[in-house]
Amino acid sequence: MEVLTLRRIGMQLLALGFLLTSVQPAHGIPAFARKYGLPCSACHEAWPMLNNFGQTFKDNGYQVGNGRDAPIYQEPTYWPITFRINTSWHRESNNRTAVDVIPGNAGGGQVERTVTTSGFDVNSLDIVTAGTLSSNISFFVQPFINSGSSSLAQAWARLDNLGGSRWLNLKMGKFEMDELISQERILTLSGTGGSYFNYFFTPLGDNNVFEGIGVPQLGVELSGHSDNDYRRYSVSVLNSNSGQSGVPSNNTYDVYTNLNQAFEVPKLGMQRVGVYGYFGQSPTYFQTSGGIPISGTGMGNRSFSRVGAYGQWYVGKFDFQTFYMHGQDNVFLGNSVPANQPASLPPGAKAPTWNGGFVEAHYDYNPRLILIGKYELIRMSQEANPGIRSNAGNLDAWTVGYRWYPIMNPRAGLAWVQEYGRVLNTGAAPLSGKDDISNSFLMGFDFDF
Amino acid sequence: MRWKTTLTGSAALVLLLLFCGGDTHAQESHIGNLTGNVKRGKALYERYCIFCHGKYGDGRGESAPFLDPKPRDFTKAVFKCRSTPSGSLPLDSDLYDTISRGVHDSGMPSWKPLLRQERADLIAYIKTFSSAFQEEKPGAPVEIPPEPPISAESIQRGAQVFESMNCWSCHGKDGRGHGPSASALTDSKGYPITPFDFTSGSRFKCGETDRDMFRDLVTGLDGTPMPSFASAMTTDQRWDVVHYLRSLSSHRTHGQLAPISQQ
Repeated sequence: MEVLTLRRIGMQLLALGFLLTSVQPAHGIPAFARKYGLPCSACHEAWPMLNNFGQTFKDNGYQVGNGRDAPIYQEPTYWPITFRINTSWHRESNNRTAVDVIPGNAGGGQVERTVTTSGFDVNSLDIVTAGTLSSNISFFVQPFINSGSSSLAQAWARLDNLGGSRWLNLKMGKFEMDELISQERILTLSGTGGSYFNYFFTPLGDNNVFEGIGVPQLGVELSGHSDNDYRRYSVSVLNSNSGQSGVPSNNTYDVYTNLNQAFEVPKLGMQRVGVYGYFGQSPTYFQTSGGIPISGTGMGNRSFSRVGAYGQWYVGKFDFQTFYMHGQDNVFLGNSVPANQPASLPPGAKAPTWNGGFVEAHYDYNPRLILIGKYELIRMSQEANPGIRSNAGNLDAWTVGYRWYPIMNPRAGLAWVQEYGRVLNTGAAPLSGKDDISNSFLMGFDFDF
Repeated sequence: MRWKTTLTGSAALVLLLLFCGGDTHAQESHIGNLTGNVKRGKALYERYCIFCHGKYGDGRGESAPFLDPKPRDFTKAVFKCRSTPSGSLPLDSDLYDTISRGVHDSGMPSWKPLLRQERADLIAYIKTFSSAFQEEKPGAPVEIPPEPPISAESIQRGAQVFESMNCWSCHGKDGRGHGPSASALTDSKGYPITPFDFTSGSRFKCGETDRDMFRDLVTGLDGTPMPSFASAMTTDQRWDVVHYLRSLSSHRTHGQLAPISQQ
């Protein structure tokens, strides 16, 4: 029996070894690969996560600088469009979902129960068209189609290399914040692992309009970088409505800035460190008409900030991404109290502050196979309302998974993805205020063409 | 008897080690204080280069049919951009410069975003595609004397040399690259090739500076119809031609750029 078990383990190890050694080098991401004939592994550590060559290409305004970047050099049939789709089977579980005691009877009271769902799904459809309109004028348009809804995730044009300098690039429109550890190019997709929670965090009871640095924003961005992209900066002036179209929610503008520097360490590789800061104001009340807020009339603006540092560390085939954030919202935002009604603040109310961060590790076995592990935490250091438990809103999230790219060529790519994620939200249960735990398991295809 | 056997065995071991050591050395690249490693270079090649240059380095990657000019065939060990005389192998630093700079007006981008060590590793691997790198040594780099001042006379003399050396037959009387022979030109693999248009700017395939241009005149661009003028022109004539060709472009590069090996 023991011999049989050992033999079985041996066969499984053999099969795993065969899998690991039989994979071939990766290639291509469609829209740009078609244009330049480069493999997608040239720009991506593992698609969609960029490497430094890809980041440089992006920072150059989707130009490689070989004299053939303008569309006039492309075949007339070239169409700079990529579709990206996720199809998966996933299982979602939450231990404290508020459910009606009697199904269908909203008046019969609610209790917290574990709810588990599973099934096949088509998660989303991303359509990306991007490239150059002319030499040194680039663009990016990304409609986002989810089940039953659609929106414009990003749409911008950029004047590149103004005055012949890489240090002056001006972008206007709706765009992702300049984040090297990008929510837009996150490797994980599951319900609990598919986001950097720090990028979207708001304390419990907070009504800040700002939804986080992970949300594409409307505004202008001035950016620049060195020849090899080792040194980069960006400064953005943004609407105060968290990327929603239409007039801003108030009459102020937010500012986001990011500075980073890479350096080489012998025998290890490139390392990069950076700092960022988002500083804004959010309305605490609006002018109303018949009790309904009038768009763009936000008043009683109060400040908030998100500041921190991050690093990208390469050690051979391993790489680590580390991220730290310190967040603060004004006391009125934190308690959802209009600034013209200070008496409504709870006794001892304070501005909520918190610290958070994550470590994400990758093992890049080869361009076709990457193993992923991520741990993220958020810790409230000061609650807005001293009446609630001091650690309400704390969060711990774990994700493990891998992406395997069996097909990657200059026209299309397909990844097989498996991941498991778990999130512990302290004190976030909707009825009891106890700890809320969610689990996700996802496996499926992530493909583009 | 026993000690003889031991001695013979030891000698064989030493020879084996020497052989292996020599072989290992040939598989390396050396650029300044960098030593490129073949194994790491292979992984990088498969990530960045294989799609154009092909698994066997023969320039037949999957993208090659769509590229013009065609990707370099490393198995021939013939390289356009060198600091060594025509017909000889390039220095490792020449290959490093090409990878770092890219080749303008071709599918080859600048790979400067890669680490310096990674570029050195790539060169170590690229050299394994041809046995020439193990059998021969690169030629001595050509000397580039100090550039004399640019003057109207120098430009005038350069125009005369351009005429007398029949440069115009490929590059055209006005330097726009459409001389009478231009349409019939092919590279060493038979693919059509276009002479450089000197009015289009100063981003030449092998560098942007006057010194780069002077060096091209000495070394020629192997694998293309552009010959070496090492013996056909004097040093002064080459500088005159450089000045003349520069005068055709409104995009003159002023001053000297730092050697790309240091970038």
